[in-house]
Amino acid sequence: MNQNRKIEPGALVEVSGLEVRAKNRVLVTGIDLTVAAGEIVSVIGPNGAGKTTLIRAVLGLIPATSGRVRIRPGTRIGYVPQRLTLNPNLPLSPRRFVGLSGAKMKGRRQAVLDEVGIGHVADSSIHDISGGELQRTLLARALLSDPDLLVLDEPAQAVDITGQTELYALIEKIRDERGCGVLMVSHDLHLVMSATDKVVCINGHLCCAGRPDAVSQHPEYVALFGAEAARALALYQHHHDHTHDVDGHVHNEHGHDHGHHAHNHDGHTHG
Amino acid sequence: MATITGITLTITTATLMDDFLVRALAAGLGVAAVTGPLGAFVVWRRMAFFGDALAHSGLLGIALGLLLHIDPFIGVAVVVLAVAIVLVLLRRRRELAADTILGILSHGTLALGLVAVSFMDGVRVDLMGFLFGDILAVSTSDLLWIYGVGIFVLASLLVWWQPLLAVTVHEDLAAVEGVPVARVELLFMLLMAVVVAAAMKVVGIVLVAAMLVIPAAAARHWSKSAEQMAILAAVFGAVAVCGGLSGSWMLDTPAGPSIVVAALVLFGLSAVPPLLKASR
Repeated sequence: MNQNRKIEPGALVEVSGLEVRAKNRVLVTGIDLTVAAGEIVSVIGPNGAGKTTLIRAVLGLIPATSGRVRIRPGTRIGYVPQRLTLNPNLPLSPRRFVGLSGAKMKGRRQAVLDEVGIGHVADSSIHDISGGELQRTLLARALLSDPDLLVLDEPAQAVDITGQTELYALIEKIRDERGCGVLMVSHDLHLVMSATDKVVCINGHLCCAGRPDAVSQHPEYVALFGAEAARALALYQHHHDHTHDVDGHVHNEHGHDHGHHAHNHDGHTHG
Repeated sequence: MATITGITLTITTATLMDDFLVRALAAGLGVAAVTGPLGAFVVWRRMAFFGDALAHSGLLGIALGLLLHIDPFIGVAVVVLAVAIVLVLLRRRRELAADTILGILSHGTLALGLVAVSFMDGVRVDLMGFLFGDILAVSTSDLLWIYGVGIFVLASLLVWWQPLLAVTVHEDLAAVEGVPVARVELLFMLLMAVVVAAAMKVVGIVLVAAMLVIPAAAARHWSKSAEQMAILAAVFGAVAVCGGLSGSWMLDTPAGPSIVVAALVLFGLSAVPPLLKASR
């Protein structure tokens, strides 16, 4: 891995030209993204787009076949994995689950449990709490080490609509109060669009990236998400009826790039 | 009459008690103390059949021990550890379903062991003893092995408890938090290997997995934390050993299977109160 170029100032994570393969199958290719402190970056894309693969590569759980993942030295990472399947034969309370994090901060445990709003169920069985409470438990564990970067893989999965809105609001609040960077995978478009600084849309390759309003007008994005995208856009504009500066040219560049990658990608998978 | 014969029986066996029954009890309790907590992990990690497959490969270890003139205990531990590592590697490749791999290795190694032992001409191998345990024939050196293993396993569990539990709950999460997942997995396999080797003497390789799974499963209903469940599993295991041994003494039944039956009865009893609660 090439380490001769330093990470951009202010960036916590910098991914450039990332490609991950498994058994000759290209999972993701040509992915670029950066996450800065205090910034919420959402990765969106259809099922099988490689969102989780991207996250796992950022976390160092799987190696990059090519390209680079740079993490600013000394960055503490809090991770919320996708879907926690707990064996019901393992008796566990949310408090104990949070304490399983290696962080030796017993005094802070109650504080993070309260911060995510699950103090009242902290000592019940983790198998009996709701989906939303379980996701908050995961979030609490991620927060215990006082992370500089939060990495969340589908944090609102198995949570009802109201719960989702609340969860995204909580993530925003955590970002505001702690000033940490957030890298988040999701597929609920409209919620993401309203609670995000930057959207990275991938489908094996990088489709487009940028601010939510710019991404939602990108033809590649519209092609991927169609009607749902239009709805998300309407919702987004409804929430933000002010205008943004034009920064579309940046994304057009990505668009060109992407065309190239798309050919490669198709070649690998279907050829 | 019954009491009189009972008393005479106690008196005549008082000297014998010093030897084999005390040793049997000591061996059984020593094994239960480790199969309980380790068995809890087996249950949490859904590895009941994994434990079974490991135990079945033990016979191959005995053959190896006899062939190389080393203690069968060491032969078993080495072979079981090797099989454990092969199992983990095969499972990672995901070319065959996990239960298929277990089926192949479990019965394949058992058959290989039986064939290998049959080649041991001139060496008398107590096959039944290895298959179903021979707790009444436990020697002082067996006891030393069992307690050596017991102390090693319990100390390892104490030191590595937190990382072991973290990896059991969520491997990726533990890895991101800095737990050396591969090392923890290897340690767990090593513990499994030596516990299987130690428990073999008590219940035999066919029934080792029962001592891992049944006491832990019985403890589940009564535990509010992982630690409680591990300790309670050891207690239940110890009760099963006492119950099984006395049952075997009174009814003249084979000791190893009697211990497992006692554990089974305990499991059945442990499931009653929760059932009553659920039906209320």
